[in-house]
Amino acid sequence: MDKQRRKFLKVAGATALAGISAPAVVKLTSSPAIASSEHGAATGHEAPADAHKAVPHGVEEAPKGVRLGLVVDMRKFYGKPELLDKAIAACNKVHNVPQIDNKKSEIKWVWKAPFENVFPEHSSSHSSKIRKENDFLVMCNHCDEPPCVRVCPTQATYRLPNGIVAMDFHRCIGCRFCMMGCPYGARSFNWENPRPYIKEYNPDFPSRMRGVVEKCNFCGERIALGKEPACLEAVKESGAIVFGDLNDPGSEIREVLDKENTIQRKPSLGTKPSVFYIV
Amino acid sequence: MYNKRFIIPGLVIFVLFVTFPLWFNAFSTASPVPKPELPPGGEKECVAPASEMRDRHMVLLNEWRDGVLRDGERDVITVGGKQYRKGLQMACMQCHTSKEKFCDTCHDYTSVKPFCWDCHLTPEEAALKKETH
Repeated sequence: MDKQRRKFLKVAGATALAGISAPAVVKLTSSPAIASSEHGAATGHEAPADAHKAVPHGVEEAPKGVRLGLVVDMRKFYGKPELLDKAIAACNKVHNVPQIDNKKSEIKWVWKAPFENVFPEHSSSHSSKIRKENDFLVMCNHCDEPPCVRVCPTQATYRLPNGIVAMDFHRCIGCRFCMMGCPYGARSFNWENPRPYIKEYNPDFPSRMRGVVEKCNFCGERIALGKEPACLEAVKESGAIVFGDLNDPGSEIREVLDKENTIQRKPSLGTKPSVFYIV
Repeated sequence: MYNKRFIIPGLVIFVLFVTFPLWFNAFSTASPVPKPELPPGGEKECVAPASEMRDRHMVLLNEWRDGVLRDGERDVITVGGKQYRKGLQMACMQCHTSKEKFCDTCHDYTSVKPFCWDCHLTPEEAALKKETH
């Protein structure tokens, strides 16, 4: 008995030692591989998986696929609040957006807000009269790196291959994580049944129910039919909104972006918005 | 057997009591088999045979939903020469124009309470606040 106990203690001790030292051994034996891959990336070209590290700061990777985007030419909206309202009304009508006259409960897909709220990073003292007096058109930015999608626990919101950050209302549990995640306030929560607040129904689109979050969907359902977004269509003759594929160098939107000086909302957050503004 | 004259009648009463819902329904006319209204427009063909639709319409609707919303499968469905867009409001209700006379008949009978209509607009609801052009 005594002998067996001694043997057991020896084996147990050896095992514990081996267990403690194992991670260190693994680290030592695998470190040459890590070192060589880091080296490859640093010199620039071999390892394709690490290639993005080698790209100099500020240069974007060549984009793939479609990424829908929108340019709001605010110059065409200045002094014409009725044009803004027209775009907003068109969206509300197409998507059965309720009109709730209450800051807490209101539902916004496309709305207007003053410059300092829309572009807090761009605000400065002594801003021009035009900036002070005009509201700016705001909507979901359909970010390339959407924080709302990262935080959604049910994948009720997701990024489509064409760049639209879409929502599946069936799946939304109303936790409002996405509203916390969105730095642009583009999402609204249905605190109550929205139906009584909808003026006219569009029979081709559903309404929402109490306890669901909603937001601009870049008119995904209209694009699928070959139509343009409703806000664009409403102000078509003014040319104030341009919509298209940001990844297509020949598209109208890229022409505008190449020519004009545009800004995005809160660029420092790294969400890479797809909505651009000419101010 | 002791107490035969109590036990046997007692058993009979117990069995009759337990099977009450069965024989009561068999003899009563309280819940006749539902007769959903066929399309008033006279359409004879659905996206799938009637028997399959009866069994699987909820699965089909879920497949349509995921296809349309997530996989970009918004292709048009052609049935009997007419084209429909995938969707409850845009396909089903084009022929079955009354939720009350079609959907509800069976759902009430089987006590199923789907929440489609919390968001989707029934033709009746949509007509209530029609667009005025």
